[in-house]
Amino acid sequence: MIPPVAYFIIFKYVPMVNAVLAFKDYNVIKGIWGSPWVGTKYFELLFQNPAFATLIKNTLYISFYSLIVGFPVPILLALALNEVKNAKFKKTVQMVTYAPYFISTVVMVSIIMMFLSPRLGIVNTIAGALGFEAINFLGEPGMFRSIYVFSDVWQSMGYSAVIYLAALSGIDPSLYEAAKVDGANRFQKMVNIDLPGLLPAAVIILILSVGNIMAVGFEKIYLLQNPLNLSASEIISTYVYKMGLLNANYSFATAVGLFNSLINLILLLTVNAAAKRLSNTSLW
Amino acid sequence: MSKLLSQANRSTGNPRSTIRESFGDRVFMAIIYLILTVVLIAVLYPLIYIVSSSLSSPAAVSSGKVWLWPIDLTLDGYKSVLRNDQVIMGYGNSLFYTAIGTLISVALTIMIAYPLSKKTFVGRSPLMMFVTFTMLFSGGLIPTYLVVKSMGMIDTRWALLIPNAVWVWQVIIARTFFQNSIPEELSEAADIDGCSDIRFIFSVILPLAKPIVAVLSLMYAVGQWNAYFDALIYLKTQSLYPLQLILRSILILSNGTGNMNLGEMVKQQQMAELMKYSLIVMASLPVLVIYPFVQRYFVQGMLIGSVKG
Repeated sequence: MIPPVAYFIIFKYVPMVNAVLAFKDYNVIKGIWGSPWVGTKYFELLFQNPAFATLIKNTLYISFYSLIVGFPVPILLALALNEVKNAKFKKTVQMVTYAPYFISTVVMVSIIMMFLSPRLGIVNTIAGALGFEAINFLGEPGMFRSIYVFSDVWQSMGYSAVIYLAALSGIDPSLYEAAKVDGANRFQKMVNIDLPGLLPAAVIILILSVGNIMAVGFEKIYLLQNPLNLSASEIISTYVYKMGLLNANYSFATAVGLFNSLINLILLLTVNAAAKRLSNTSLW
Repeated sequence: MSKLLSQANRSTGNPRSTIRESFGDRVFMAIIYLILTVVLIAVLYPLIYIVSSSLSSPAAVSSGKVWLWPIDLTLDGYKSVLRNDQVIMGYGNSLFYTAIGTLISVALTIMIAYPLSKKTFVGRSPLMMFVTFTMLFSGGLIPTYLVVKSMGMIDTRWALLIPNAVWVWQVIIARTFFQNSIPEELSEAADIDGCSDIRFIFSVILPLAKPIVAVLSLMYAVGQWNAYFDALIYLKTQSLYPLQLILRSILILSNGTGNMNLGEMVKQQQMAELMKYSLIVMASLPVLVIYPFVQRYFVQGMLIGSVKG
């Protein structure tokens, strides 16, 4: 028990304490505690930074977009799969949609880049055959979010649907029989029995994904970034990485990161409280 | 006899199927099948395309002739991948990180999940709070980096094995498993028989925990195999790089080809393009090969985790 507790203290709690760095002028020689206090200097720097508004906008835009698309798709997939009586077909769909989840971020991004490449990509080849001009998808800031969100849906819908399928299989069969007696058709059954049955699981997933809103797929976005799409793709976490580790601006980057974590926490607590009031389901 | 039985079966099944499904229901089912077929194709097509391309000739890939099945079947792409020292080294490193990292992660996770599952354990809920709080709030990238640095782990293999070893989500899954599938009475019985805690864990708990050990190992192993970011920030020495980081430099940053005459360059470029497809397949191979066997466990793992405890 001691090793894992030590792990959490060292790698999770010490960094939280270290975050005081945001209020200090970091000096490599003096270390975190020896460096002089500067109050909220770095937060002011951040808020006055013209890039700040874009960062917030991009971060929120991408995360809400992926929430709005990414949250319902697995539910719909699970509902549809649940109706299928042909076990073989059902299993095939499940297995295939589940597979992309195992592809690494690096590979996923390179697949996206290869498919959307203006010169060699299959998408542009097909578009060209149909008489359209080639588009440099990843160079278009306006396309970036959709590429990010829909490739994510492609990769994770099968995986995310599993929980909902489990919830559906746990629904009391007598409800269906009652519905049948009452003459409900399949669609009515889906709306009146399946959907309410999914609600608790869905609320939990929703809360958790809101908790992750500010931590949107940093790894993937960082890899998808290029100078042409930066105006839409620079988010808080990629900015922290560049400022902090690449430019060695530790204090400033810590302030940005801290701000990010705080917004995240507030969002999570808010949604959790709302969910508790509205549906009696919550994380705690 | 069997004929009679099947007839009986059919006749008992009959009353239900004689009530013909309403027209609306049939349309509804048709739509569902249609949607699922579209989803199936949309997910499957890119995967087939990549595999087919990796098996085609460089010229066919570059000229866009491949659209479903391989053209001019060849293994050239794979051959050139296997000739690349960097890739082979990355492969070796990744195997090492995956094996050792999984071992460390699973051990740590079980060490904390087991006490959390025992209702008699004093300080259980503060400890749970202590663990889950890290899910809600974190110090951020830079403070974590500085801790790793002060531990002297930068540019060592430890940096990929330790700082991200325990995932809170896995702790919750493991805790729920212990809570639901290992009866409290077992430990009481062991206590009465004078069994020490250590002995109890090794001779009673671990044999019973095989399913959860399998689930945790798989999830950590896939995570470790696919990870690149820790390596990106903590490692400088190329010989320590895991495969994903090497893939990144080849696939995404596309290192240039240098000085060459035009014809040579075109050929090189075509080859590079083909290599990318082969590389993608090779890099995903370990996970995809075990995938059919592990899928069951993954689903099981997610279900264990989703049961509220």
